[in-house]
Amino acid sequence: MIDNVHTDVESLSAETAPGTVFDQYAAEGVLAYQRCGGCRHAVFPPRVLCPSCGCDDLAWQPSAGHGTVYSATVIAPRGKEPYTVALIDLDEGFRMMSTVTAGDGSAVAIDDHVRVEFRPAGEDAPLPVFVLETAR
Amino acid sequence: MSTSERALRGRAAIVGVAESSLGEVGPGISSLDLIGQATVRALADAGLSKHDIDGLFTHSAFFSQPVLTTAEYLGIRPRFADGTATGGSSFVGHLWHAAAAIEAGLCEVALIAYGSTQRSNGGGLVASGAALTRSWETPYGPRMPASAYALAAARHMHEFGTTREQLAEVAVAARQWAKLNPQAFVQDDLTVDDVLSSRMVSSPLTVRDCCLVTDGGGAVIVTSAERARDLPKPPAYILGAGEATWHMNISQMPDLTTTAAQDSGRRAFDIAGVGPQDIDLVELYDAFTINPILFLEDLGFCAKGEGGAFVSDGAIAPGGSLPVNTNGGGLSYCHPGMYGILLVIEAVRQLRGEAGARQVDRHSLALAHGNGGTLSSQVTAILGDESTL
Repeated sequence: MIDNVHTDVESLSAETAPGTVFDQYAAEGVLAYQRCGGCRHAVFPPRVLCPSCGCDDLAWQPSAGHGTVYSATVIAPRGKEPYTVALIDLDEGFRMMSTVTAGDGSAVAIDDHVRVEFRPAGEDAPLPVFVLETAR
Repeated sequence: MSTSERALRGRAAIVGVAESSLGEVGPGISSLDLIGQATVRALADAGLSKHDIDGLFTHSAFFSQPVLTTAEYLGIRPRFADGTATGGSSFVGHLWHAAAAIEAGLCEVALIAYGSTQRSNGGGLVASGAALTRSWETPYGPRMPASAYALAAARHMHEFGTTREQLAEVAVAARQWAKLNPQAFVQDDLTVDDVLSSRMVSSPLTVRDCCLVTDGGGAVIVTSAERARDLPKPPAYILGAGEATWHMNISQMPDLTTTAAQDSGRRAFDIAGVGPQDIDLVELYDAFTINPILFLEDLGFCAKGEGGAFVSDGAIAPGGSLPVNTNGGGLSYCHPGMYGILLVIEAVRQLRGEAGARQVDRHSLALAHGNGGTLSSQVTAILGDESTL
């Protein structure tokens, strides 16, 4: 497990690049985000400064991977399986776009609880996706 | 609000407007040809010549340096140029930037221009350049821009009980206005049931909740209020405007039911010294049916959450309580990738009383509201005739 990666603007390098670190966590099955040391804001997508307070004291944290559907839309391309694109509010306080699968084919609804899984993406880092969490 | 920004009220005016050919112009005609065509027409409308233009304001998804490409094609050498690129709202922003530049003496006659052949070029919405910056949304397959607006619509329905029928009312009202506009791309009958039963693009939005994909363009000429009074057409004075930019990606929009139009509208009304109750007609960027609902709320025409009820029962259709999108809008008249310039043109025609069968009775004060990105950039402009100065 990579740990305690700290990003500030002076230490920015190929190894500490925010997107790279995110992918390294993802390769280990961890959904990571940054926590601002200044104002405690949860930062996603990864970057080099806090979009809330502006300071560059950002520390990587693993998310527990549990969240709630903020909104969702179903896209049904001609001749292909419909899929759901959703905005997920993670319990740690950040939001991301992802896809949600219900397993039994039922619709995903706003306020549904979901948890992260990682989908292999070939040469790219595994992609965080979500599944419905029934009992919570 | 700075004193100097308020001082821009009524200092510049729109003196010439024109559309290019609209709809489907066919192969061989370029986006630049449409810009040229609209510019020639707008200059004629203004009683000015190409040599008067010393300020150029434009944006395009067809070329990476739109100001340079457009200036070369038109054969102009502007001393002031502005390529502000906030998506479809850009051209409403250009209006305010032109007013400021003219007041500052940076230019005297500003051309705002746009042209697009996206329909003839094969349909899909043209994105602005190749993305070398990683997207945190694209891997999940959202059908942009529709899915972003679908997410906002779904959330609005969840929070406020807004219905698909109410979304459809926006499309139906737009179609009724389009039937009064010979330039409108679609003129067929459209009912709420037609909208609901159309092909679903990204739930809850069907293809009839989405704007057209057309060719088209336009040009707008702006100059000082002093010079405007010597020109042939009644000036449409720029009474105030406001810009607001909150995010780019829909996943970074804090509250999908509240747009930056709250800020842009407040700024514009403050400078113009008027309120929503004073406005005679409204041109809103209706890329999707949820847009007018959100913007009517955020601009203060109704309370947050009541937009669905507000647009129902023909209230924004011809003969309704508030004329909205009197040309038929992006939903039924024309949506050439970016629509912002066309809503300014329609507002000016209404203020002048030149709108023919769709002319509204009271037409002294108009609001034109541009949207760009995925509910990202919001720009509001308030225009008035001589009586509003």
